[in-house]
Amino acid sequence: MFRVALKMLVGDSARFFGIVMGVTLACFVIAQQGSIFIGIMGRTTALINDTTYPDIWVMDPKVQYIDDTKPLQDTQLYRVRGVEGVAWAGRLYKGMIRARMENGTFQNCNLIGIEDSTLVGGPPAMVEGTVGELRRADAVIVDEAGATTRLARRTGNPEDAPIPLAVGDTLELNDRRAVVVGISKGTRTFQSQPMIYTTYSRAVSFAPKERKSLSFVLVGVKPGLDAQEVCKRIAEQTGLAAYTRAQFRWVTVEYYLKYTGIPINFGLAVGLGFLIGTVITGFMFYSFTLDNLRFLGTLKAMGTGDVKLLWMILMQALVVGLLGFGIGVGLASLVGWLNRGSALAFLLPWQLVVVAGAAVVVICMLSAMLSMRRVILLEPAVVFKG
Amino acid sequence: MTTTALPTSAPLDVPINREGIAVVCRGVTKTYGTGQAAVRALRGVDLLIHSGELMMLVGPSGCGKTSLISVIAGVLDRDDGECTVFGEDFAKMKPHQRTAFRGRTIGFVFQAFNLIPTLTIAENVAVPLLINGWSMHKAVQEARGILDQVGIGDRYRDIPARLSGGQQQRVAIARALVHKPRLIVCDEPTSALDHETGERVMDLLKTAAVGKDRSLVVVTHDNRIFQFADRIAKMDDGRVMGIVSDVKEL
Repeated sequence: MFRVALKMLVGDSARFFGIVMGVTLACFVIAQQGSIFIGIMGRTTALINDTTYPDIWVMDPKVQYIDDTKPLQDTQLYRVRGVEGVAWAGRLYKGMIRARMENGTFQNCNLIGIEDSTLVGGPPAMVEGTVGELRRADAVIVDEAGATTRLARRTGNPEDAPIPLAVGDTLELNDRRAVVVGISKGTRTFQSQPMIYTTYSRAVSFAPKERKSLSFVLVGVKPGLDAQEVCKRIAEQTGLAAYTRAQFRWVTVEYYLKYTGIPINFGLAVGLGFLIGTVITGFMFYSFTLDNLRFLGTLKAMGTGDVKLLWMILMQALVVGLLGFGIGVGLASLVGWLNRGSALAFLLPWQLVVVAGAAVVVICMLSAMLSMRRVILLEPAVVFKG
Repeated sequence: MTTTALPTSAPLDVPINREGIAVVCRGVTKTYGTGQAAVRALRGVDLLIHSGELMMLVGPSGCGKTSLISVIAGVLDRDDGECTVFGEDFAKMKPHQRTAFRGRTIGFVFQAFNLIPTLTIAENVAVPLLINGWSMHKAVQEARGILDQVGIGDRYRDIPARLSGGQQQRVAIARALVHKPRLIVCDEPTSALDHETGERVMDLLKTAAVGKDRSLVVVTHDNRIFQFADRIAKMDDGRVMGIVSDVKEL
């Protein structure tokens, strides 16, 4: 009987297509908007993800997220180093700086100063040059996205393609000369501003003078110790906030979720996609069932039980759900793939695929339930009414 | 008019000899709606249908013919009275037993054929077998054999929309026969057909569907097919007013 149900479904090709498109639309919007949301959220924590070595980030307790730096006194580094369980600790400067390029234009950039001696906190990967070259005089490393876009040189002719910033080029950072010694590759940040890496002491000298300049203390935990336990000790002994990488990521994401309109905007888009998909699918599936009510009544009169009819409807709903889910997620993935390397923040983790699948199941169940109700209430005697 | 010896006036608790009887209806009533909107469709129907008999139910519109075959076929609950089909009473069965009994025992032929438009002819005919748990492959094989019997075996791969009305009704008859039910109920089987096609369909029904242990109940308005009946029950106002075995006596 399931084959009969399947043929009833696909035989009405126009309606079948419409129902599948309804599910596809919902699934696509959920997966695509969800992916962009997750991509954006991922970018808010780009620096945390890209700074691979430290187990713990230590900061002022009032810091709410990665870009909300509240500088500490440099002496805090030594207090952290004195906590039991800390294998090593290094300084990290994070601030904004205005870069003046050779042609005289300005560009705001993220300036990251990493520990002079160990160079811990540097970029995760290099396209050109090495992190070690930061030890050269006036050396900076610029991220590839910044070098090829905002820091690229433009000739006077608008038709000419911009010339990417390259190793050997110079910049002016707060009236101080900086020489590009490497091009790094990292995750785009939320603000999408170029990332300029240099040593901590040089970053402090580039940056406008402030009484305190230490943004974060990066900490490595001794082998075999629990990072959370060490965080607790650091907080207790220094009065600073100490988070594991995962905790700091969540602190940052939580800030954006709570204090920005991003979740509402994306939530609305996802909700709208779900709602529209449910309405389209539900309406078309219900109307498909209504159109087939005479035949379902015939099957019922001829001896098909309610349970079997309900299974048939459920199977029809699941088939359209499965197809819509596959096409929807496929299309969303295609959008992400086509925009790979572009400025689009797109991340489609398996968890989101599961969420989209669950939404499709809900849509199909809601649609099927409407139809099931009609079938249960259907009197088989209807078959004799003309 | 020849009226058969029906136990029409016998009380329900008086036993009757059920040997060779397919359907027994005694005092069957059915009312649709309640209060002032109530419509009494059946007002105490008494009727016996013998095994191997083609019984026609005739009468004006609204006289209760369709309600009666719905009760007989177990797709409508009666309010009162007795109605048994081969000794089984639908009212005493649980819903799933009733559904299963219908699937095994009763075949249906509808006025509008009710063939599923997206299934092939063979698949449509195979449906009662699928309901009874056959595999699709075996059911379609069996269906093709029946389609041969009703003369459209070569069209088994077509969909219903490609067939004429007469051919579609043949398919519907094949579907009603395929699982060898003991009772076939037909609702206006010729009303959508021209005279000649209607006669051919009735001829087919009479030869293929009526047998030693198989009965046929046909609801019809179509006086051109009365000649095919073994007996004709005249209904009016929710009752069987009389039964004749000769069409001339109508």
